Amino acid sequence: MSEVNGRDTVLASRGLTKEVSSPEGPLTIVSGVDLEVRRGESVAVVGESGAGKSTLLALLAGLDLPSAGEAWLDGIDLTTLDEDGRAELRARRVGFVFQSFHLVPSLTAVENVMLPLELAGDRGAREAAGAVLDRVGLARRLHHYPRQLSGGERQRVAIARAFVGQPLILFADEPTGNLDAVTGKRIADLLFSLNAEQGATLILVTHDQSLASRCDRVVRLDEGRVA
Amino acid sequence: MTGPLLQGIRSVLRDLRAGELRVLVAAVCVAVASMTAVGFFTDRVGQAVAMRSAEVLAADLVVRSNRPIPGDYLDQAGEAGLATATGTSFPSVVVAGERTALADIEAVSEAYPLRGSVRTSATPYGEARPEGGIPATGEAWADPKLLARLDILPGSVIGVGALKLTVTRVLDYRPDQGWSFVDLAPTLLINEGDVPATGLIQPGSRVSYRQMFAGPRQALEAFRGVVEPRLGVSERIRDLQDAGPEIRRALERAQRFLGLAALVAVLLGAIAVAMAAARYARRQIDPVALMKAFGARQTYLLQMACAQLVTIALISGALGIGLGYLAQAGLSWLLADIAGGRLPAPGLRPMAAGLVLALVVLAGFALPSVMAIRRVPPLRVLRRDITAPPPSVWLVFGAAVATVLGLMLWQVGDLGLTGWLALGVAGLALALTGAATLLLWLAGRVRGSAGASWRYALAGLARRRSDSIVQVVAFGLGIMVLLLLAVVRGDLLGEWRASLPESAPNRFLINIQPDELTEVEAFFAGRDADANLMPLVRARLTHIEGRSVEGMEFASDRAGRLANREANLSWASGLQEDNRLTEGVWWTDPPAPGQVSVEEDFARDLGIALGDRLEFDVAGETFAATVTSLRSVQWDSFRPNFFMLFSPGTLEAFPRTHIGSLHVGRDDGSLLLELIRLFPSITVIDIDAMLGQVRRVMDQAAMAVQYVFLFSLAAGVAVLFAVVESGRNERMFESALLRALGARRRQILAGALIEFALLGVLAGLVAAGGAQVCGAIMAERVFGLDYAADPMLWLIGGATGLLLVAGTGLLATRSVVSQPPVTVLRRF
Repeated sequence: MSEVNGRDTVLASRGLTKEVSSPEGPLTIVSGVDLEVRRGESVAVVGESGAGKSTLLALLAGLDLPSAGEAWLDGIDLTTLDEDGRAELRARRVGFVFQSFHLVPSLTAVENVMLPLELAGDRGAREAAGAVLDRVGLARRLHHYPRQLSGGERQRVAIARAFVGQPLILFADEPTGNLDAVTGKRIADLLFSLNAEQGATLILVTHDQSLASRCDRVVRLDEGRVA
Repeated sequence: MTGPLLQGIRSVLRDLRAGELRVLVAAVCVAVASMTAVGFFTDRVGQAVAMRSAEVLAADLVVRSNRPIPGDYLDQAGEAGLATATGTSFPSVVVAGERTALADIEAVSEAYPLRGSVRTSATPYGEARPEGGIPATGEAWADPKLLARLDILPGSVIGVGALKLTVTRVLDYRPDQGWSFVDLAPTLLINEGDVPATGLIQPGSRVSYRQMFAGPRQALEAFRGVVEPRLGVSERIRDLQDAGPEIRRALERAQRFLGLAALVAVLLGAIAVAMAAARYARRQIDPVALMKAFGARQTYLLQMACAQLVTIALISGALGIGLGYLAQAGLSWLLADIAGGRLPAPGLRPMAAGLVLALVVLAGFALPSVMAIRRVPPLRVLRRDITAPPPSVWLVFGAAVATVLGLMLWQVGDLGLTGWLALGVAGLALALTGAATLLLWLAGRVRGSAGASWRYALAGLARRRSDSIVQVVAFGLGIMVLLLLAVVRGDLLGEWRASLPESAPNRFLINIQPDELTEVEAFFAGRDADANLMPLVRARLTHIEGRSVEGMEFASDRAGRLANREANLSWASGLQEDNRLTEGVWWTDPPAPGQVSVEEDFARDLGIALGDRLEFDVAGETFAATVTSLRSVQWDSFRPNFFMLFSPGTLEAFPRTHIGSLHVGRDDGSLLLELIRLFPSITVIDIDAMLGQVRRVMDQAAMAVQYVFLFSLAAGVAVLFAVVESGRNERMFESALLRALGARRRQILAGALIEFALLGVLAGLVAAGGAQVCGAIMAERVFGLDYAADPMLWLIGGATGLLLVAGTGLLATRSVVSQPPVTVLRRF
């Protein structure tokens, strides 16, 4: 296991498999995925709808448990942790950007960004959140609620929230999927430039070939297997 | 069964199994249970009353009077072939050793009772058997409460006036024991032949005489026809028809009061029904769209919706009735003393009423949103963003208001009162809503400076603002009525007791004969006690300004009762300390006879004005007096006071007794014992014991009402569950998101706990404020007391709300926040 837990490896999987039950019997969504991602590397996961991209992302981020195989995040075997253990790991080392933004509707922009820091018990969350929102160009929108923001602005809040804790790994699931082409490009630029500034590892699930081509490496999934 | 109906029933049964309907069913169930519990209980009491009304007189016809009744009715009845019996009753102190107790002495003749039978037992509350006769002379049968107060058992010798009697049996039941909701003095049944030996009956004593008759109906009617026109002024005739209404009225009042208490639960339950139904309807959107896409018509869908609601009503109604049946057992137990012990099994009527209530609540609060679903465009199967048009606000609001008004009218039975009640409820709900909104706004202001869990909780409250307000109001209302009953009642009673000086008289003395007066005065003077002795003449007010009082119409029942009963009159040369002149002038010295000073409320009730000429009848003799002043009287001074007080020289010629009052300290019991031994005809009434009894009855009644109000809390819980259910998706999503961002389960539960704890505290504070305001209004308007706000009420209210809402809130959200994040995030 030393090869996958080497100094530069921050994310790895071996034989990662996810099966779910269906009326027709067990259905394999992700099948025997071996993967190794180095620190600072950006990896695009592409494939057709139903290829298992989002499921793979969920397994790698510890949002879900595999039916078989193992996954390591910063050298820690996710399958050995319970739900709270995985949550704690995510709080300190992982950031997310979702296709549907997933902001907490009852919290303002700055409060949404403060959330990961507060959950990790960090002090000075408000200042840090304000600074990142400033960085993404939303200094004037700190106290707006998600419903008062445009789609692009919401995704910028989500990106600020993902980067505020300076995560080791950033998982982005179709981050431009709900945006028009122009806004989508701006968001992608922001995502890559912040990633470069912070030196984070990026796992990007996308349909968009041009977005995928901006990553260091592309992993193609076909019916749950790495093609 | 046709397609849509079967389909509707099937879908309800499926949803029930899946747990989709639990909140809706629970809400209807609570509403039905609260109403049927009261219904079952009053039905049982009603049946008991109906069963006993046949023997409530212990005869078919009774002539009653507070003067001895001439014997010729008895002779006449004998000639008509009717069975007869006589009875005499009066209050008296019974002595056993060092102990005394006030009893209602019932002296009866051989043939008593003519209807029903007396039951006795060998030991207090032992197994009772019907008796064939009455106590032999020299013997007595005593109520177990009297034995307890005297601390004796059967076989003991007791003193009644000058007579010694042996208690041979314990009195379990007598047919004419009455159905008073407050029976202050326990009964001692003796033989009428023993009465003269007691020496207790003197001119002017408070005695009730009765002659009882029983026999074939025709003979009775003929007898009544002969006797009725000959009845004296103080004589009243009663048969079974006359005996019923009072009891029925008392029962109706109790039913109305408890019914209104239950209505609070019904209204809160209805809110929960509306919320749960809206969620249920939302979840029907997809299946309905699909059915429409496959060709289902609106009528088909409407029939299906109705079948669904009727099925839900039948299931939840049946559960509610079962729960109500169990709950009424508790109510009967709490009110055992007041309701009169053993009750017959309840009938079917409350069950039917429960089912109707379930249907009405669902029709009024759930049907509009369920009906709106049939208008979902079938395009929904292709486009998820298309949904059902919301139900018409007018329809929803109109149906709810009509249902609420209908339910109130059903309970109150009076349109005007319903209107006022509805206004009151609306005003109260509005005030509570205002307070809740303000408190939520204040809570929102502190959000910026709070930690993550706090901020998350406060943000949740603010986001679900209308839901939060509904919950604060629902719980606030429930807690408020409980606080009002539990704490404010105690406070008011305490205030009232505190308003009485320590040295206020606590014993009344009645039946002091004129020939004993000098000796009694000397007795008290020698012991340095002030007995406030006053003369008392019993008379009937016959005319006001020449108009006969009989048949006069009065503004209130109370006025009618006051006018038609024998009044206590007295005279005094000076105005008593606790009286104040409000109109006219007090008589000058020396006073001219023929003047009367009337208590102002009594004068107002009877329409008596200054300068009116009043005519009276005292044992067949008449006299008149002119009203020269009106007075206000401080009745709770516990000194002898009178509605009508005459100038000296007016009443002295008539038969009279004297009454008095004095304060007896805890250790001065021997003073009264000595008094009774020296003057056996004097009756001492222990006001402390009476107050104790009144308080016990009040406590029992309040406890019963509180018990019914517990349902309103259960309904509040149903509202909370309905709110949590309706926001279930949102909560699931938020907690999944927080978990994805690294929140631990404990942190999420802490956020939910804080949210509900805040809601609970807010509801408790609103409740405490409401209870204080209502308490203050009641104190000032109803009881005429200065109500000091109790700061503890805020604490008790807040703590009750906190525990209640936080507890149930956590219970309701547990399953919502423990979903794995990926399964939830994928759905959105």
